[in-house]
Amino acid sequence: MTKIVVVTSGKGGVGKTTTSASFATGLAMRGHKTCVIDFDVGLRNLDLIMGVERRVVYDLINVVNDEIKLTQALIKDKQLDKLYILAASQTRDKDALKQEGVERVLEELKAMEFDYIVCDSPAGIETGALMAMHYADEALVVTNPEVSSVRDSDRILGMLSSKTKRAIEGAEPVKEHLLITRYNPNRVEGGQMLSLDDIHEILRTPLIGVIPESESVLQASNQGTPAIHLQGTDVAEAYKDVVARFLGEDKPMRFTEAVKQSWFKRVFGGK
Amino acid sequence: MGFLNFFLGEKKSSASVAKERLQLILAHERNGRSSSPDYLPQLQRELVAVISKYVSINPDDIKVHMERQGDLEVLEVKIELPETR
Repeated sequence: MTKIVVVTSGKGGVGKTTTSASFATGLAMRGHKTCVIDFDVGLRNLDLIMGVERRVVYDLINVVNDEIKLTQALIKDKQLDKLYILAASQTRDKDALKQEGVERVLEELKAMEFDYIVCDSPAGIETGALMAMHYADEALVVTNPEVSSVRDSDRILGMLSSKTKRAIEGAEPVKEHLLITRYNPNRVEGGQMLSLDDIHEILRTPLIGVIPESESVLQASNQGTPAIHLQGTDVAEAYKDVVARFLGEDKPMRFTEAVKQSWFKRVFGGK
Repeated sequence: MGFLNFFLGEKKSSASVAKERLQLILAHERNGRSSSPDYLPQLQRELVAVISKYVSINPDDIKVHMERQGDLEVLEVKIELPETR
């Protein structure tokens, strides 16, 4: 059975694409055949984050419009043979994303026996975001510990429970997971940042993980490597935990407690 | 700074201000979402179409309104029939 997972947030710049890339990569690392689709038509970026930008020939819209075969547009990851990327189109407008076309693409991927299809949603609440979530079985709602992001996530949670195929047909609702990114435990301890308990209490959605704020994310995107590949970094470990929890494993939260800096480091600097 | 605030016992942390503001605005927005489902305008149009088969009315003569009273949701439909001569 193929599971469709949408990575969404409402607000832009909170880490949807970073998460989609690492989450899909993590699923493939665990041996699941996974396809990650960029739904951000017009502003594609997943290809850059995945490091496949020079290998994009055809994209999602070409497949949706039936101009080419799906297999021609699927880009196979260089490191993981169970991971495929479907890029978004850069040239056409968002209305090019037709619901019937999207459904057909997803059905074809199911027929190819993918275990997971990860849909990287664009920001906003327009057609692209609605298309990305429409056929979802589960959702990762990416939220930063910051007021506008939390508010937009609440909005998106409302849409997941009213606008998706599952909601409209009265089927079992989309399973929602809250993922908090750019979390800084030291600032939380100082009372300058919403804590994960605060966010959890406000959004009332099960927490699947916390990704700490980290320089490694920029380093990863600079290189075109999903952050989960950066061995030994807290971000990579946190994403691996998210994947494990998604697959049903019980993992305690990590990187959520403030780290005391020694006075030596505080005085003399250093990382 | 945190030190001083602690002793002066004033000024809430900005995070708790954020939390309070969010709880207030989201309670309001969630209420707004649930009290007027987006099918209401279409329901209104269709009602106008059905009633117009039998009586001639203006679209404005039908008011559709959803209200929440405790655990109950009340759908109120008000139809004003034109005066007959």
